[in-house]
Amino acid sequence: MRNPQLNENGELTHLLSIEGLPRHILSHILDTAASFMGIADREVKKVPLLRGKSVFNLFFENSTRTRTTFEIAAKRLSADVINLDITRSSTAKGETLLDTIDNLCAMHANMFVVRHAASGAPYLIAEHLKRVRHKNIHVVNAGDGRHAHPTQGLLDMYTIRHYKQNFEHLTVAIVGDILHSRVARSDIHALTTLGVPEVRAIGPQTLLPAELAKMGVRVHHDMNEGLKGCDVVIMLRLQNERMNGALLPSAGEYFKHYGLTPEKLALARPDAIVMHPGPMNRGVEIDSGVADGKQAVILDQVTFGIAVRMAVMSILAGN
Amino acid sequence: MSTSPLHLPDAEAQCRALAEQIRPHLTPDTALVGIYSGGAWIAERLTQLLPLPEEAGLIDISFYRDDFAEKGLHPQVRPTHIPFEVEGRKLILVDDVLYTGRTTRAALNELFDYGRPAAVELAVLADRGGRELPMAPTYCVWHLELPRQTCLTLKRDDAGRLSWSVEDHA
Amino acid sequence: MKIAIKNGRLIDPKHNIDAGRDLFLAGGRVAGVGQAPAGFRAEQEIDASGLVVCPGLIDLSARLGRLETELEAAVAGGVTTLVSPPDMDPPLDEPELAERLVRQAADLGLARVLPLGALTQQLEGEKLAEMATLRQAGCIAFSQGKRPILDTQALLRAFEYAATFGFAIWLQPQDYYLSRDGFAHDGEVASRLGLTGIPVSAETIAIATCLTLAADTGVRLHLRRLSSAAGIAMVAKARAEGVAVTCDVGIHHLHLCEYDIGFFDTQARFDPPLRSQRDRDGLCAGVAAGTAVLCSDHTPLDQDDKLVPFAEAKPGATGLELLLPLTLKWAQGGKLSLAAALAPITSGPAAILGRDDLGHLAPGAQADVCLFAPEEAWQVTAASLKSDGKNTPFLGCELAGRTKITLVGGRRVFDAR
Repeated sequence: MRNPQLNENGELTHLLSIEGLPRHILSHILDTAASFMGIADREVKKVPLLRGKSVFNLFFENSTRTRTTFEIAAKRLSADVINLDITRSSTAKGETLLDTIDNLCAMHANMFVVRHAASGAPYLIAEHLKRVRHKNIHVVNAGDGRHAHPTQGLLDMYTIRHYKQNFEHLTVAIVGDILHSRVARSDIHALTTLGVPEVRAIGPQTLLPAELAKMGVRVHHDMNEGLKGCDVVIMLRLQNERMNGALLPSAGEYFKHYGLTPEKLALARPDAIVMHPGPMNRGVEIDSGVADGKQAVILDQVTFGIAVRMAVMSILAGN
Repeated sequence: MSTSPLHLPDAEAQCRALAEQIRPHLTPDTALVGIYSGGAWIAERLTQLLPLPEEAGLIDISFYRDDFAEKGLHPQVRPTHIPFEVEGRKLILVDDVLYTGRTTRAALNELFDYGRPAAVELAVLADRGGRELPMAPTYCVWHLELPRQTCLTLKRDDAGRLSWSVEDHA
Repeated sequence: MKIAIKNGRLIDPKHNIDAGRDLFLAGGRVAGVGQAPAGFRAEQEIDASGLVVCPGLIDLSARLGRLETELEAAVAGGVTTLVSPPDMDPPLDEPELAERLVRQAADLGLARVLPLGALTQQLEGEKLAEMATLRQAGCIAFSQGKRPILDTQALLRAFEYAATFGFAIWLQPQDYYLSRDGFAHDGEVASRLGLTGIPVSAETIAIATCLTLAADTGVRLHLRRLSSAAGIAMVAKARAEGVAVTCDVGIHHLHLCEYDIGFFDTQARFDPPLRSQRDRDGLCAGVAAGTAVLCSDHTPLDQDDKLVPFAEAKPGATGLELLLPLTLKWAQGGKLSLAAALAPITSGPAAILGRDDLGHLAPGAQADVCLFAPEEAWQVTAASLKSDGKNTPFLGCELAGRTKITLVGGRRVFDAR
């Protein structure tokens, strides 16, 4: 089966998922992102790569934060950015997703940054563009359902590489609600592709997807056990609606067993870094002492995220 | 591809000659900016040969190329690194070969995104003609004319020695 | 009309016949096999050289959109009898609706349509539908289609009432709560793609409930569309213990598994979902062993129903015209004889329907006959399918086995020659 993210030359033309991408493509994105890092410190915080191109932010699901980082990234590449709040406009009128896409193609879009509540929606768009022969329109998945959030996965890898230099001897733990997390899935694929020998998933059985081990991770239910010897701890956000229901009895009980406290973090390696995709729930999945502590690199992730998104957009636009 | 019988001068000697051309014009605020990759190596040599206050800046013009739409992003982009304030400085842009002038234009554009220099000069080892933009070198040690299909590149071996190579693209 | 079908390879699984024999039809029935009955003079002769002559196929589940189009698709696929589920719009819970469907189908004179009646009013799972009246109107058994009965008390009552009259109940075993949010097998692929899963236990729990109630009430139970190896094993065990239970499997589930979802291919969305390879192997073995029969689970859909994100896509595939070639493909993979391959789409379903005049070709049987070229390859394309539903994961594939002539009640209703 052909990977719909790659063109006939094997180059990245859409970024839909980390899964199935070869290591050299991931490394190229990270290397390119490194080159973009300096731009924010310059007099003019822009390069002309995407001058005259139109980037449409299609957010079928609200996320001001993610949308803003894509917007900044596109603007630093000199693209024109159009933000569409689709949650309110077209779908309310009964227009189908692909009708919306056809309309925007007619407005000469060059790139779609798509956030959608349904897993796989960006694939549907990418395949549609292929069917109607819009070869030069690129799709970036900015989060689809529980499936993937590849730019978040890449910025996490950038952060890890920044602090740990290489991936070959790391132990990385991902903690919390993996079942509902697109970030976790993208991180797992990225870590295994980049050669991390041990990826651990830590959480209660209600928050772990079936047959998770087949994705190349080691499952731990006991956080104290799972954190031992870790170089990197990635904490996941626990959505409010999951806290008091059938999945978990209470936020308090969750924090007791799966919240990251300074005491639990001490089980990891002394130089371990703590990551979180944000926004954090202090006192639910992470203690403030850790979130504000010197091992946390959460704000760096945000900074790196812009460079990584610039790298992704410029590589796609050139292929 | 074939190696042309063209006699190739010693690039290391040319670097020394280029340094001597520049020397009389140096001011206390002169700084070098080398264009990756050949220009960066030459700038490194010039820094050793000339009394300059700082190390050279290094510039990767991948994000400023005018052929991005056709060729896409260069597979290997290195970070631009300019370790000094550009604003009000006298800069010498260093490259190995001056050809169409498009690289120089891209480099100037990028430089100006760092600030407004007082003056920019251009130093190259070779000027092979074939200009497509109104550019001329301020300092140059080797003037020659080459046909379009011929590619003149500066190489650096494992020991760090610079040398020329010529290839014909059929 | 007296018809002689000559020079064909006659396969009649019920009577273990696979031999070069002529078939003689008269008065809409089979009049003779091998030898013409005394005084038989054919008014029409069909040369079946190179063709297999077998009983018309019986499809235990086909949804009908535009009746005429879909019944034309049926006979083009060699299907002469099909069972339609009651969860149509409106639900088939009133005798008039059943009568109208049976009459319209009879007027068209293509395939026979045997409707399933609603087990509960409006299929809401609460009040019993008028089963005896629906039976008189032509409903052959009672079902909820894909709609659940949440209240186990109501389910028990329905079983008891149907058992009183000797009616059969056909249910798709799927626990409502374990399946309502899901749209793929709860396994590796759903986990990777971030699709909410439906665990195998959704099926096995429902089977356990149904089997328990069937054993207690003595109702004739048919379980529709099993999807798991564990489910098949439970049915096999219950049958060995003497429970009057039968079951069927959708033909796609013998060929496809969770991996066929690939990158969110909505054509691979089924209800019940495509499960693991192990489950698929278990289903294949169950059909080969005679525990389950096959159905096409024909579900014609608009293109728009599939051009949406996976979770929003309607489940199902077009199937009437693929039932035969996909059955042959399964048999070839499992190294089964042609007769063994055809049993789960002829004699097997006839036995479940309790019809000894269908699904075989002994004298006296209905003259429902399918003549097909077993080796002929054809490509599945939108144009090559008569059904309005072009939705199939096999689109573009080449399949072997093509129906050439179909007879229903001794009338030639399809002829591709």
